[in-house]
Amino acid sequence: MESVLAAVTGILYATGLYMLLRRSVVKLIIGLGLLSNGSNLLIFTMGRLVRGRPPIVPEGESSVPLPYADPLPQALILTAIVISFGVLAFALVLIHRAYRAVGTDDLDDLKTTDT
Amino acid sequence: MGLVLPILIPLTTAIAALFAWRWRRWQRRLGLAGAIALLAASVTLLMQVWRQGSQALWMGNWPAPFGIALIADLLSAIMVVLAATIGVAVVLFSLAHMDPAREAFGYYPLVHILLMGVCGAFLTGDLFNLYVWFEVMLMASFVLLALGGERAQLEGAIKYVTLNLMASALFLTAVGLLYGLVGTLNMADIAQRVRATAPSGAKTAIAFLLLTAFGIKAAIFPLFFWLPASYHTPPVAVSAIFAGLLTKVGVYALLRVFTLIFTEDGHALILILSGLTMLTGVLGALAQNEFRRILSFHIISQIGYMIMGLGLLTTAGLAGSIFYIIHHIIVKTNLFLTSGLAHAVHGSFDLSRLGGLYRTHPGLAVLFLIPALSLAGLPPLSGFFAKLLLIRAGLQVGQWAIVAIALGVSLLTLLSMMKIWTEAFWKPKADDPPLVAPSPAIARPVPSGVLATHWGIVSSAGLAFLTVGIGLGAEFVLALAEAAAEQLRNPDLYISTMFRGRS
Repeated sequence: MESVLAAVTGILYATGLYMLLRRSVVKLIIGLGLLSNGSNLLIFTMGRLVRGRPPIVPEGESSVPLPYADPLPQALILTAIVISFGVLAFALVLIHRAYRAVGTDDLDDLKTTDT
Repeated sequence: MGLVLPILIPLTTAIAALFAWRWRRWQRRLGLAGAIALLAASVTLLMQVWRQGSQALWMGNWPAPFGIALIADLLSAIMVVLAATIGVAVVLFSLAHMDPAREAFGYYPLVHILLMGVCGAFLTGDLFNLYVWFEVMLMASFVLLALGGERAQLEGAIKYVTLNLMASALFLTAVGLLYGLVGTLNMADIAQRVRATAPSGAKTAIAFLLLTAFGIKAAIFPLFFWLPASYHTPPVAVSAIFAGLLTKVGVYALLRVFTLIFTEDGHALILILSGLTMLTGVLGALAQNEFRRILSFHIISQIGYMIMGLGLLTTAGLAGSIFYIIHHIIVKTNLFLTSGLAHAVHGSFDLSRLGGLYRTHPGLAVLFLIPALSLAGLPPLSGFFAKLLLIRAGLQVGQWAIVAIALGVSLLTLLSMMKIWTEAFWKPKADDPPLVAPSPAIARPVPSGVLATHWGIVSSAGLAFLTVGIGLGAEFVLALAEAAAEQLRNPDLYISTMFRGRS
C-alpha cells in the first residue's frame, strides 16, 4: 500500500510542477493545488500506514501495543488542508481580479512589473 | 507569560480594529496603540532573556516533545524587538501616507496579523508550527500586497503568491519527510534525534529541501526573482514593512535550522550562495532607474551578507550575521520610507522625474543620507560595524574569496546609493513635460508644505536616530549579537531550555 501511495505522491508532484510551468494562470493555480495535495499525501504516507489499530491504550496495560496508527500526521494534514484551502481561495480571487484588470490569462503578458 | 504576549497583542489589536471597521479614526488609534504595546512587550521579553537566559513556554502545559512550545533565546528576542520596532515605524508612517480607501479596507488589522505571524515564527519551537506561522504571515502579506487592486499590484501579487506557495509546499514536504525520519516535530527533539541518526541521503535531502524552501522566502541567489517583481508595486508603507521583515523571517529560519538541526550539511554551499546573492543583487540594482526597484535589489544583495556568517559557521561569523540583521532591518525600512517621502513631494519613484530635493527639502536629504551611507557601510553608522564583523570573521577562517566579494559589493552599494543621491537630490528637477502623459493619480499636484506636519518624518527620523545609535553604541549591540551567536553555536542550551520549560 505504501508503494502505491508513494507512486501517487510522485505523480501529484510531477503533474503539479508541469502545470506550474504552463503559461496559463489558471493552470498555475491548479498546479499549486496538486502540489499541496501531493505534500499532504506524503505526510500521510510518512506516518506509516497501519490499519485497524487505533492508538488507544488497552485496559490493564500501560502503553499502546505496536504497531499503531499514528494520529499526528492526520492532524498535520488537516491543518495543512485548511491552510491550502484558504490560500487557494485567495489565489482564485486574485487571478480573477488580475484577469479583469489585464484581460488575459497568459503569464507572458504579465511582465510589466518584472525588471 | 511574557513569551506569548508578542503573539497575543497583535492578535487582540487586529480583532479590536476589525470591530472598529466603520470608524477609520479608531482603527488608526488602535493600530498605533497595538504597535506600541507590542514594542513594550518585546523589549520586556528581550530584557528578561538577557538577564535570565533563554526561556521556554509549554502551551497548554503539555510537556516538551508532545505539545507545542514557544521558546525565546536571544536571537528570537532580538528579532521580535526588531519586528515590533518596524511595526511602530510603519504604522506611524501609514498614519500620514496611507490612502483612506486602503485604510477603510482593513489595512491596520492586516498589518497586525502580519506582525503576529512574524513574531510567532520567531518564537515557536515546533517545526510544523513554524509552517503555520509562515502561512499566517504570508496570508496577511498576500492581502496587503493586493489591497487596492491596481494592475501592477495584481501582477506582482501573482508572482509573489505563486513562489511563496511553492516554497510552502517544499517546506511541508521537508517537514513530512523529517517526521517520517525522526518521528517528532519539536525542534529541540528533532535536533537531538537527527544528531543520533547516521548520516544518510534522506537527511541531506531534507536539509536541502529546507534550504530551498527558506531560500525562496529569504530571496537568496537563484530563487529571488519574485522579490524585485513585486516589492515595488504596493504603497510605500507596505513595501517598507515587507522589505524590513519578510525576507528576514526566511533568514531567521535558515539560521535556526542550520545551527540547531543540520549542523553539518550545506554550510559550504550556503557560503557560495551568499557570495552569489551579494553580487547578483548589487549588479541588478545598478541596472535599475527607479527608487524602489533599486532598493528591492539591494535587499537581495544584503541577504547575502546575512547568510555569509551562517556559511562561515563560526561564532564571530554568526555574531556578524545577527548584527547585520539588526542593522539591515532598520536601515532598509527607513530607505523605503524616505522613498515614500520623496514620492510625497514629487509624485514619482522614477529617478529621472525626481530632482532638486536637496534644495527644497534639505531635512529629507539628511534622512535619506543617513540610512544610505549606513547601507553602504560608512563609519560611524551601523552598517560599518556589521560589515567589519563579517569581514573579520571571514579573514579569521581564511575565506579570502567571500571577503573580497563582500568588500567589492559594498563599494558597488555605495555607487548605487550615490546614484539615487545625485539623481533625486542634487540634480535640478527636470521641468520639461514628460513624454507620456502621466496618469491622474501620479500627476496630482502635491503642496510643498506636505512634509511639514507629518508622522512620516517622525517615523523616518526615529529610524535614522536608531541607525546612528547602533553605530555609536556598537559595543552594546555587539555584546548582544555575540551572546546570541554563542547561544546558536551551543544547541544543547536550546535543547535543555526546551525540556526544562515551564507553563
